[in-house]
Amino acid sequence: MSYEFRTGEELLALCKQENLPISAVMLKSELEREEHDAETLHEEMRKNLLTMRHSVLIGLRDTQVTVSGLMGGDAELLYAYADKALCGSRTSRAAAASMAVLEVNASMGKIVAAPTAGASGVLPGTLLTCAEDFSWDDEMLINALYTAGAIGAIIATNASISGASGGCQAETGSAAAMAAAALVELSGGTPEAAIHAAAIALKNVMGLVCDPVAGLVECPCIKRNAIGAANALLSADLALAGIRSVIPFDEVVIAMKNVGRLMNSDLRETARGGLAATPTAKALRKKLGLHGAEQE
Amino acid sequence: MQNFSVFDIIGPRMIGPSSSHTAGAARLAHVAWKLAGGDVKRAELTLYGSFAETGRGHGTDKALVAGILGMEPDDENLRVSIELAKERGVDVRIIFSDEPVEQPNTARIKTVNSKGEVSELVGASVGGGNILVTELNGMKLKFTGEYPTLVIRHHDVPGVINNVTGILAKEQINVAFMRVFRHARRQDAYMIIETDTPVPQRTKDLINDWCSEITEVKTL
Repeated sequence: MSYEFRTGEELLALCKQENLPISAVMLKSELEREEHDAETLHEEMRKNLLTMRHSVLIGLRDTQVTVSGLMGGDAELLYAYADKALCGSRTSRAAAASMAVLEVNASMGKIVAAPTAGASGVLPGTLLTCAEDFSWDDEMLINALYTAGAIGAIIATNASISGASGGCQAETGSAAAMAAAALVELSGGTPEAAIHAAAIALKNVMGLVCDPVAGLVECPCIKRNAIGAANALLSADLALAGIRSVIPFDEVVIAMKNVGRLMNSDLRETARGGLAATPTAKALRKKLGLHGAEQE
Repeated sequence: MQNFSVFDIIGPRMIGPSSSHTAGAARLAHVAWKLAGGDVKRAELTLYGSFAETGRGHGTDKALVAGILGMEPDDENLRVSIELAKERGVDVRIIFSDEPVEQPNTARIKTVNSKGEVSELVGASVGGGNILVTELNGMKLKFTGEYPTLVIRHHDVPGVINNVTGILAKEQINVAFMRVFRHARRQDAYMIIETDTPVPQRTKDLINDWCSEITEVKTL
């Protein structure tokens, strides 16, 4: 039998048929490619997990100075405040950890693209923060990265995970959907609940544009990873509480793709629209000595 | 539609901030470093399009220098590559060009090794850290560097391809993709062979020695 899947529906059918979690189906599908054996795959994913953990630690421990000098230190501020946070300590620490990774990224530190560099904070930020609170071990987390990968692969196949083609909904939206599904599986939810969590997370940011100030992966990307973490946690909780997405995941993915197509190219990573076109952004661009808006 | 691997989504491990402007640039220059035999003494790096526009803010210049020093895109020393080049006595010139180009993230990488051999590569970062080499020593061609790659410069005469693939067959090396590019009939040509397994030095030597029409054999 084949474990290949292209849609959420196909993935769920495989999970049901084989009585397996999403992570196990994704692993079997990866083994079917016959590019690497099980041991190599495990080692590669373990390296990804360790790099993710390292990026969170470094980002929270040291004040990062980004390439432009515009940003840095926000992750520490939120982390220190977390106990008093209105949205609770865990959500704030997860958001802080997500921002920490993006600050490391913007300071030319080492990260794991998940699915992209610009959205690389959400998955490690949420998974590793909850892992501390719930004592999830590394084997569980490695599996969860496969769950996240399955959701990302479906989105990449049927829509896009790139800000240049789909806006920020395709980047931090996809990252939140991936993290939400992984969190549901880690919390003992069903594959069906995991897919609903992914659908809800994508729906929450449908239409979000990619408008990097001065064309840099800094503002608003760092804070959008914070909100991405909160989105992932809340979407996972909705699904775990038994709430279902009215619009099925696969239809949400296609809707996201179509919204991306409707987006003017000024709003897709070109730094010509949205926040990038504000007077403050233009002044910053000039101050940093960067050229005018990029031509596509 | 593509069949994505889990590592296309979770990965690559890379130095930030941008998979296209940083990781892709480092990979492209790493290919240039390998083509120079892992030995670069001098380099001229020209950035075009979006590389030139926002390259400085994305560390594209540092990533390119890291690549020609032999660093991979996840090397923590990438951010201090320009200082490292100075320390190692590698002479680097970086040019930001406003000349129009076909692909937005394009770089031209000219290297000179310690034997004085000059090599010039043009390529683009095409997203997600992936690259496409589009020109080598003045020849328009195409390869991605995703597979182990044999780059063979030869004279465009009958039988050369047969000779090379014969050697690969004897050495049990499976060809995944193969393409031949040339300036004109009977002139200089390039054979780009992407294989499933890396090509060992022994096989490289066999190809170099057996076929007199072959002028250069490089592996990536």
